[in-house]
Amino acid sequence: MPGAAGSLGPVSASITVGVVTFPGSLDDRDAARAVRAAGVQVIRLWHGDADLHGVDAVVLPGGFSYGDYLRGGAIARFSSVVGEIVAAAGAGLPVLGICNGFQVLCEAHLLPGALVRNAGLRFVCRDQVLAVENPSTSWTNQYAAGEQILIPIKHGEGRYVADAVVLDELEQSGRVVFRYVGDNPNGALNNIAGIANEAGNVVGLMPHPEHAIDELTGPSSDGLTMFASLLKALVAA
Amino acid sequence: MPRVIVDVMPKPEILDPQGQAIARALPNLGFDNVTSVRQGKRFEIEVADGGDPLEVARLAAEAMLANPVIEDFTVHVAPD
Repeated sequence: MPGAAGSLGPVSASITVGVVTFPGSLDDRDAARAVRAAGVQVIRLWHGDADLHGVDAVVLPGGFSYGDYLRGGAIARFSSVVGEIVAAAGAGLPVLGICNGFQVLCEAHLLPGALVRNAGLRFVCRDQVLAVENPSTSWTNQYAAGEQILIPIKHGEGRYVADAVVLDELEQSGRVVFRYVGDNPNGALNNIAGIANEAGNVVGLMPHPEHAIDELTGPSSDGLTMFASLLKALVAA
Repeated sequence: MPRVIVDVMPKPEILDPQGQAIARALPNLGFDNVTSVRQGKRFEIEVADGGDPLEVARLAAEAMLANPVIEDFTVHVAPD
């Protein structure tokens, strides 16, 4: 939607969001573009950085960090920059993990559960309707509860799994943030597309909001609201 | 130099679509009596003399080689 970013009003130039690049990241440039579209300055973070350069939030982008060797996110988890992010997230830094970034957050134990190979033998690449189940996180506060949004998905290992105790806790505490609507694309338990940590500052999801920030290049501009939510959370903080 | 084997397998309750796909393809080659396949990973680790190689491998498996949320592992010393 043209003008969506402009409707946010003046933005403090002092607010910065870090977008991480690992060897094998694919969507870091799109993620940076989406952050800028929401009116926020971007600082690119390299996987070897042991310093977050004072950023106010971090986006872990999609792709195949370290070639997905071992497991998706398993090696990125031990990078210098993720060590810094884990410490800062514990102190409240907003962190968004998209696709491979979600896998990194699970491997780093910032989020519970794991993402395993799709149930249907297929890499899925399509536009997907999601329901916003929790509109109170740092990354979803500008959505309405239950709002349906259209966001692209593209993954071969996006099936969210966790044991029954963890699933129950996620459901009871409202930490399921996004759920697939209609056909479940990957066999994820409880149709889970995205979850949050207890504090709501860390969110991971398989779909790609950074690919849905304007209707010229994406199926909708619904993803832009995620980055606008972050700005709202940071300005309010 | 002692060589240790770490076998990592998906937990029994975790769906293994790769194993299932292999199991469905095997009858095409005449393996009509195969009823189940599960796919895992095997790591061969060489440990310099000094520490307990089994313990080193176990710690490495816990920390990195296996994801305890979805996988089980076993360690054993490789036969010479």
